[in-house]
Amino acid sequence: MNILVCVARVPDTATKIMVGSGGKAIEQNGVKYVVNPYDEFALEEALRLREKNGGTVTAVTIGTDANVDVLRTSLAMGVDKAMLIKGDEPTDSYYVVANIAKVAKEISPDLILLGKQSVDYDSLQLPAMLGEMLEMPSVSVVSALTIEGDEVKAERDIEGGKEQVACKLPAIISAQKGLNDPRYPKLPDIMKAKSKPIDTREAEKTTPKTSILAIEIPSKARAGKVMEATDENIDEVVRLLNQEAKVI
Amino acid sequence: MSSNILDYYNIDELFSDEEKLIRDSVGKFVDEEIIPIIEKHYQEGTYPKHLTSKLAELGVFGITLSEDYGGAAANYTSYGLAMQELERGDSAIRSFASVQNSLVIFPISRYASEEQKRKWLPKLVSGEAIGCFGLTEPDYGSNPGGMITTARKTENGYLLNGAKMWITNGTVADVAVVWAKLDGVVRGFIVEKGTPGFSAPEMKGKHSLRASVTSELVFEDCEVPAENIFEVEGLRGPLSCLNQARYGIAWGAIGAAIAVYQSALEYAKSRIQFGKPIAQFQLIQEKLVWMLNEITKAQLVCHRLGRLMDVGAARPQHISLAKRNNVDMALQCARLAREIHGANGILGEYPIMRHSANLESVKTYEGTHDIHTLILGQDITGLSAFE
Repeated sequence: MNILVCVARVPDTATKIMVGSGGKAIEQNGVKYVVNPYDEFALEEALRLREKNGGTVTAVTIGTDANVDVLRTSLAMGVDKAMLIKGDEPTDSYYVVANIAKVAKEISPDLILLGKQSVDYDSLQLPAMLGEMLEMPSVSVVSALTIEGDEVKAERDIEGGKEQVACKLPAIISAQKGLNDPRYPKLPDIMKAKSKPIDTREAEKTTPKTSILAIEIPSKARAGKVMEATDENIDEVVRLLNQEAKVI
Repeated sequence: MSSNILDYYNIDELFSDEEKLIRDSVGKFVDEEIIPIIEKHYQEGTYPKHLTSKLAELGVFGITLSEDYGGAAANYTSYGLAMQELERGDSAIRSFASVQNSLVIFPISRYASEEQKRKWLPKLVSGEAIGCFGLTEPDYGSNPGGMITTARKTENGYLLNGAKMWITNGTVADVAVVWAKLDGVVRGFIVEKGTPGFSAPEMKGKHSLRASVTSELVFEDCEVPAENIFEVEGLRGPLSCLNQARYGIAWGAIGAAIAVYQSALEYAKSRIQFGKPIAQFQLIQEKLVWMLNEITKAQLVCHRLGRLMDVGAARPQHISLAKRNNVDMALQCARLAREIHGANGILGEYPIMRHSANLESVKTYEGTHDIHTLILGQDITGLSAFE
């Protein structure tokens, strides 16, 4: 089974984000980048499927040379091949998908795994757009996956419950938290990953379908208030909800 | 993978991708496997045995060891970052890894015969074998040259007599690296568990490093085969091991300091007194800033020391400076963090007293704070205060 895993490089969720000077992107200086956490589930699932069925796992990312670090992480976790689609910072999801689809057409994977979303711009568009472009079934937000032959059974998280979905390979699966418990890259594997080749190719420019007008930091959450449990305070709570919070 | 590391000066830019990946991989392991369980083990005074195989699988035994013997062949900076992360969890776990790496794998890889290397190194890397290091004696701590444990040549090997004390992992070790005087000269020996005349009773009642096993090693006419002797003579043998371990400790202390700083910062921002978070008070801010300041300096010292180690240019005195500075800094941070946490600081719910009590040992072992002062004093004045 040949598996393609799409890996995004995103700011560490623990990083303090600031808006860059242009107001349309985040300030990158001092920001720590990591593998998109949902893509870690995708990587782990791909490795487990390979361990069971054999085959090759290829990790692909799109971006600048800086993205090599997420490929090194992928290699250290155990993927066989790593590919960098080198270009400018992605402009929109269409650009990312068009370039990944081009690679997918070339290597014809049985399965494409990716996170359900990237925790940077959170467009949530990739799995569906990729399915459309490659004319493959695309199952999103998958928290359990079994593959027997070319039969895929996926369990999806839906509001208040679970949904069982079936499709055939080749297919696209987007990973939800809970799909698995990603492994820790082992120190000897990290060192071996250092010298593995990165297949680098130029990204194809696309006309942006959407553009970012502005980004901003959400206003600071209101501080909570703690009051003594007295009858007078009940009236005060009602007054505050009515006049200050304006919710009743 | 989310890194949890305080990095005020963007020191991350100074590390390579694989160094950061090693740190973050060990860090994630610490966050998920060590921090949730360590307090219980500390309180109960037990070493979390199940961690040994997991740590081995992660690859933290044999970090700088050549791949020929199963090691990761990483550089010293990577080794230091791994020790920092382990001690952010608990000094006991870092101590375990320090002993295995610096005090057992290192001397065997450097001073043992090829046959002994093949016999022990792969097992020590895989965690199948646990090692310990016997240098300190009840009456000879800072002055190891005065040791009274002896080795005597026999027909088939060497006969050891004497006792060692304060030996991390002694009771659980499968193999001990033991230093003894042969015709008045310090020599190293590999002593296998179960060798007649060798016992390792556990020392109980510690108020520090409670999640670590500490033991005595007793040798009563314990005969080891001739091939178990190391090819090194004099104190430079054990001191070369201590240099490795001290280097790791200098990094480890940063981890402990970061743990107490982060806890103190969070606590100060959420603890309300006099109608506002205590983080808004000047005295609290001064304590937090002192910690931030000292941790940042310690990080820079260790980064530089790591680079010196990586090119073989670090002198033992360089290591003394970092161990002395960083452990003392971490202990001060733990005490300040305890003050910021108020009474809550003494509870196991917070990591403060555990790190604080651990660091009391770390300040003393592997060359006490004062001995490192004298090593540096001798270096800059040319005058030894020891003699």
